[in-house]
Amino acid sequence: MTTPDKQTNTTNRRNFLGQSAALAAGITLAPGVTLYGVAQAKAPEDAVTAKVRWGMLIDANRCADGCNDCVSACNSENGLKGHGRPETDAQWIRKVNLRDPNTGAKQSLPVLCQHCSEPPCVDVCPTGASFKRKDGIVLVDKHICIGCRYCMMACPYKARSFIHETVTDQKPHAPRGKGTVESCTFCVHRVDAGGQPACVEACSKTSAALTFGDMNDPKSNISKALAEYPSSRIRADLGTDPGVRYRGL
Amino acid sequence: MKDVTYSELNARGTGFYSLLAIFGAFAGIGLLSSWYMEHNGHYVTGMTNQIVWGMPHVFAVFLIVAASGALNIASMGSVFNRLAYKPLSRLSGLLAISLLAGGLAVLVLDLGRPDRLIIAATYYNFKSIFAWNMFLYTGFMGLAVIYLWTLMDRKMKCFSFPAGLAMFVWRLALTTGTGLIFGFLIAREAYDAALLAPMFIAMSFAFGMAIFILMMLAAYNGDNRPLGDYIIKRMGKLMVVFIAANLYFVTVHHLTGLYAAEHSGVEAFILTSGGTFTWHFWLLQVGVGAVVPLFLLACPFTPLTRTGIALASVLVIIGGMAQVYVIIIGGQAYPLSLFPGMEVQSSFFDGVVNRYVPSLPEIGLGLGGIAIAAIMVTIGMKVLRFMPASLADADIDPHFKPAAPAEAPKEAVAEAAE
Repeated sequence: MTTPDKQTNTTNRRNFLGQSAALAAGITLAPGVTLYGVAQAKAPEDAVTAKVRWGMLIDANRCADGCNDCVSACNSENGLKGHGRPETDAQWIRKVNLRDPNTGAKQSLPVLCQHCSEPPCVDVCPTGASFKRKDGIVLVDKHICIGCRYCMMACPYKARSFIHETVTDQKPHAPRGKGTVESCTFCVHRVDAGGQPACVEACSKTSAALTFGDMNDPKSNISKALAEYPSSRIRADLGTDPGVRYRGL
Repeated sequence: MKDVTYSELNARGTGFYSLLAIFGAFAGIGLLSSWYMEHNGHYVTGMTNQIVWGMPHVFAVFLIVAASGALNIASMGSVFNRLAYKPLSRLSGLLAISLLAGGLAVLVLDLGRPDRLIIAATYYNFKSIFAWNMFLYTGFMGLAVIYLWTLMDRKMKCFSFPAGLAMFVWRLALTTGTGLIFGFLIAREAYDAALLAPMFIAMSFAFGMAIFILMMLAAYNGDNRPLGDYIIKRMGKLMVVFIAANLYFVTVHHLTGLYAAEHSGVEAFILTSGGTFTWHFWLLQVGVGAVVPLFLLACPFTPLTRTGIALASVLVIIGGMAQVYVIIIGGQAYPLSLFPGMEVQSSFFDGVVNRYVPSLPEIGLGLGGIAIAAIMVTIGMKVLRFMPASLADADIDPHFKPAAPAEAPKEAVAEAAE
């Protein structure tokens, strides 16, 4: 067991090492220009935990037909650029228009990776490149994806894209690579920094149809909204338990 | 039955090396196609984010399934103790290894990152049927080599039955695993059925048998070796059972789909309104691949001939490719049902039948896989003793009786009496 004194010493030593590294790595070339920034890893106690289940509630009643703000924000945030080839260009989020053939009623809503708690893409991935974090976010490890596309065959939501050609101007927080598979990350870089996904932020400026938050926290806005009104999951019959819920579907 | 003598392929000279050069050229085309796809990215192929598996997968799955089926002959000899098939067990093992290698080469060279093959071999998600298959494929290769060793080394002969039995069980597991790559996909209505596993086994029996018959005919005719009708006809009759079994599973699979209202859409698509897929199904898979071969092989009014059996084998292969095409491409062409009962439209091709046009590099890669298998078989036969020197009826038929000497014409007998 660690005594309080030892703990303080360890912390001090860690701080000292960290500050030294920052000093060495962050050599100032000119005022305001640094050569390197120091990667800020989270402390072990702040690591991803299953106590959190990130989720999204999409209110189809508020989602306007013809509005593509969430899609544009996603593309911009993650550096997704089309090559003018819609069949092979990547789409992490798309607007889907529905029409009930019996009544003629129409709806428009976004569909993205559903961040299932039982994700078929993770089950089928031979190398484990498709994985689910403890907080429910489903990601692709770009280093061990071999590009077999079995996850795309398995995803019931058509949420994944294969990178069919060379990508340029990548965003540092959203690495991509030709020959691998990718999908919505729930803007994990933002969420880990305490922010919201880009699509949610963009939508909040117009129709506020998207709510993001911790579904395990009863005080979060998403939990309150889910508790207040019924919601549904796409293809709930498949038992994948998506982290994306829909209202008014 | 006489003792069987094995020997290397006698063929040499321009003809033999020209054949190898042709195979080599196709293998080269396959490698170039793969390089072209990897260099530019898969957008140069017909595959898209909708049809994620294309012609390379059709070729690869066909070859892998046929590899298991090529072991029919070995199983008949070593496991079921059918004496007539025993001399051909070595060739059966060689063909199985070669077809599997060809199929896997296509599969690997189509990967988005084929350079990461080492990752595929070192990182495993044991919940994935794909990962299981990697063990099933490598295990199949290893067992086949051991099995060949027991056949070709006199000291190891006592192990040929257990090795053959292990091989028999393993090949069933391998084809089950290949079928379940699709059977485990809950997302797609055309798949999601355990029945695909036995169906793939029946497919493997038929495809493998057809390829073996053609290879045997080509090798024995090309090498001027005696090949009697007995063994060919026996194989032809056996193929009837396999074609019928395949047709049975196809029928049950579609009947099950038709019975469930939720699958009526995809069934109507494949069986009636799917355009090219419907034609592939009825004309090539069922007509050319099953009905015509069954007529050629089992019609009581026409004699079973060597030409008929060869033609039936070619048709089974054409029908088999069509069957795999309908399963893989047709299954993806039918749109995913995210919102059952609703009309759907999006920029990502939701709710529409997905378009697919095979590209030359895809076909080139697939043909390259076939060429790799052909090269392995040819070189294998050339350097090792895989081929029985003779497959004449007298050498292979356990119940062979020499024909009685022809009776002298009655007139001649009468003249002699006078």
